[in-house]
Amino acid sequence: MMNCKQATRLMSEAQERKLEITERLGLGVHLALCTGCNNYHRQLQLLRQACHIHREQFNPAQPDTSEVQPGQKLE
Amino acid sequence: MPAATIDNRFVSSVRQDMLAFARLQLRDSELAEDAVQEASTAALHGEQRFSGQAALKTWVFGILKHKIVDLLRQQGRSTPISAYVEEGESLDGKFDSLFKENAHWHPAAAPRDWGNPEAALREKHFWAVFDACLSVLPANTARVFMMREFLEFETAEICSSLGISNSNCHVILHRARAALRGCLEQGWLLAGEKNR
Repeated sequence: MMNCKQATRLMSEAQERKLEITERLGLGVHLALCTGCNNYHRQLQLLRQACHIHREQFNPAQPDTSEVQPGQKLE
Repeated sequence: MPAATIDNRFVSSVRQDMLAFARLQLRDSELAEDAVQEASTAALHGEQRFSGQAALKTWVFGILKHKIVDLLRQQGRSTPISAYVEEGESLDGKFDSLFKENAHWHPAAAPRDWGNPEAALREKHFWAVFDACLSVLPANTARVFMMREFLEFETAEICSSLGISNSNCHVILHRARAALRGCLEQGWLLAGEKNR
């Protein structure tokens, strides 16, 4: 079984690239059995969400102008 | 919705947000001032009309992001790989101490349950610690993380524009996340438990 350190590395990689099927399976088994890594996994997701929210705090996204690209002229 | 156009009054109304964003990315007040100044000047020369103040702000922020990215690239290009390695050694040292010899968590150091994430994100204290944790992340590691999570670049784009290999990029991001989540756990969750 993969160890916790390897699992943390894969959880981060999963935010950069699509994991290989063997990596996904190995990580899935590990997460099912390991509370610490399970918590780590949810923490990484929260971290990403926090970055997203923080970014929006400076410049909230506007759903009503979502079709307008920055710099695009409106008639 | 009334059309919004760019003018000095609008620029000064969004200046604080622009400065705060630029400082967070660049970690240098003077550079941040310059970036905001340049972005404002460029925006004032644009003749765009937008469907509201919010859309206008998004456009001005788009210009600011370009300036920030240029500066981050310059910083990145003059950073030798050894600088990342040095930061990595110190971050890895801390991270490794959480594990036993067999690379499984020390029972006392294993990541904790942070509870309901929605509730965490509504807590003022969480955000104070989050800011503090971002600011203590070593500068070169932080630059890669910021480009990924705040400027929303694909990893491959970051690596090539900073002149580092893909696998180095992944390692740097992994370290940044490990350090940030460790810092949040210490400063927010565990410190909060002690105060309760």
